[in-house]
Amino acid sequence: MSEELAVRHAAWSDTPQPLALLLQILAVAEADVRKLLHDPMELFTRMLQPVLWLVIFAPVFSRTRAIPTGGLRYLDFMAPGVLAQSVMFGAIFYGVSIIWERDQGVLQKFLVSPAPRVALVAGRALSSTFRAVVQAIVVYVIALWMGVALQFSAWRMAGVLLTVMLGAAIFSTFSLVAACIVKSRERFMGIGQVLTMPLFLASNAIYPLSLMPGWLQVLARINPLSYQVDLLRGLMVRGGYSVLGFGMDAAVLALWLAVLIAIATKLYPRIVI
Amino acid sequence: MRYSDRMESAIQTIQLTRRYDSLVAVDHLEFSAAAGSIFGLLGPNGAGKSTLIKMLTTLLPPSSGTARVAGYDIVRKPADVRRSIGYVAQMLSADGDLTGYENLLISAKLYGIRGQARESRIGEALEFMSLTEAAEKRVKHYSGGMIRRLEIAQSMLHRPEVLFLDEPTIGLDPVAKRSVWDHIRELREQFGTTILMTTHDMQEADGLCDMVAIMYQGHIVSLGTPVSLKAGAGPEATLNDVFILSTGAAMTDGAAEEGGTFRDVGRTRRTARRLE
Repeated sequence: MSEELAVRHAAWSDTPQPLALLLQILAVAEADVRKLLHDPMELFTRMLQPVLWLVIFAPVFSRTRAIPTGGLRYLDFMAPGVLAQSVMFGAIFYGVSIIWERDQGVLQKFLVSPAPRVALVAGRALSSTFRAVVQAIVVYVIALWMGVALQFSAWRMAGVLLTVMLGAAIFSTFSLVAACIVKSRERFMGIGQVLTMPLFLASNAIYPLSLMPGWLQVLARINPLSYQVDLLRGLMVRGGYSVLGFGMDAAVLALWLAVLIAIATKLYPRIVI
Repeated sequence: MRYSDRMESAIQTIQLTRRYDSLVAVDHLEFSAAAGSIFGLLGPNGAGKSTLIKMLTTLLPPSSGTARVAGYDIVRKPADVRRSIGYVAQMLSADGDLTGYENLLISAKLYGIRGQARESRIGEALEFMSLTEAAEKRVKHYSGGMIRRLEIAQSMLHRPEVLFLDEPTIGLDPVAKRSVWDHIRELREQFGTTILMTTHDMQEADGLCDMVAIMYQGHIVSLGTPVSLKAGAGPEATLNDVFILSTGAAMTDGAAEEGGTFRDVGRTRRTARRLE
């Protein structure tokens, strides 16, 4: 039987399975990236938020000098938080495009293809990292202009990019899970609005964990955004350091991503039912 | 050796059933479609056609029973089924924000068509569907007929044994319709593909299909060649008469096909509108 299969479906038969999976993940991501390149408007509209935070909020807030930043200027303290936040805000609405594609019928085409569900989910996560990298570049340009004490060594830059990509993958997959559950654009937009601010405020993006009341600290310690910010704070700015430790941050983020991809893989086929 | 040389039916359902809460959309269905045939599925809205296709394409798990598609069990071997089939949904499945070429490229990659074979397959597909000149245009600027032809090309890239077409000509003008029909016939001639299609169009069923099944309330109520079905309904009967006889007053739109009736109608209309 397997021999027959090999003849009939010569296409994938000569490919080791992990490689086939990787190629399928890349194909799913490629579709998305090509669309974005045809119509990059979305990338520009995303630039506004970080500009607001860095250009308006940070200078005003830094005058209060009320926030213990561990010796950093508030602007320097906040820049990594703004980067993490803008990536999260972008990724969290990623599910809308899934619902939109489901409504159109494009998604069904992927689901009847031989690509395993996990490839479809991971491919989406991967394409969201592309957007995140573009955002990181934008935030760096604004931060530089604002005089943030950025550090530019190669390993730090690589670390920042990896962190940002990981964050985008986590929140876009989270968004995918939500999309598979609510299934309609209207309800999804409602949920997205409800989720973003709590995720942002229950994190260390604009104030440190140590300043939070106990119950909020517990939430912030579960929130993957906190770990992303903590990593970025240690990597991006001069004098910045990771409160929780790079190893801990990376481990928690990797765990979150694995769990979310597993859940999304399970739920994904349900979106067309 | 293709399974069709050894086996008679490309599709065979065994007590295939799907329930939505209290509604039985597909009710212990038993039928088979011969390899290499064009099999037409007719029925009023809500008869269970779309639910049936969703199960056969592994998008929806059956409540009970099963089916074999291209020799594989849809419940136990969904991945093998997916490798062996092509599917063009009633809705738009081509991505409007990508070019025709890019749509085909992504499909080819998903199906593991690599290297030299990829470009030549894509080139052939564009040629076959008369889309070569429009290949670099984005699909949202295509006409309805072109979109349909692209979608069929896309679903045929990996040379599936069985092709599912859900309302392939809905919303198309007569000229575009005829062109899609011609291309469907050619597919069968050239690749021996088994084609299962749903339609509301009696002329389409009559002219294109070797076998026609009329579905009503989750059952197949009539099955035969268009000629035999018409003969059975009386002298000078049309397929429309057969349809009315088989489904009674059901000609007017029926009940819910699945959970979200309103949503489905909305989708169908949207699709039709966009294809105009």
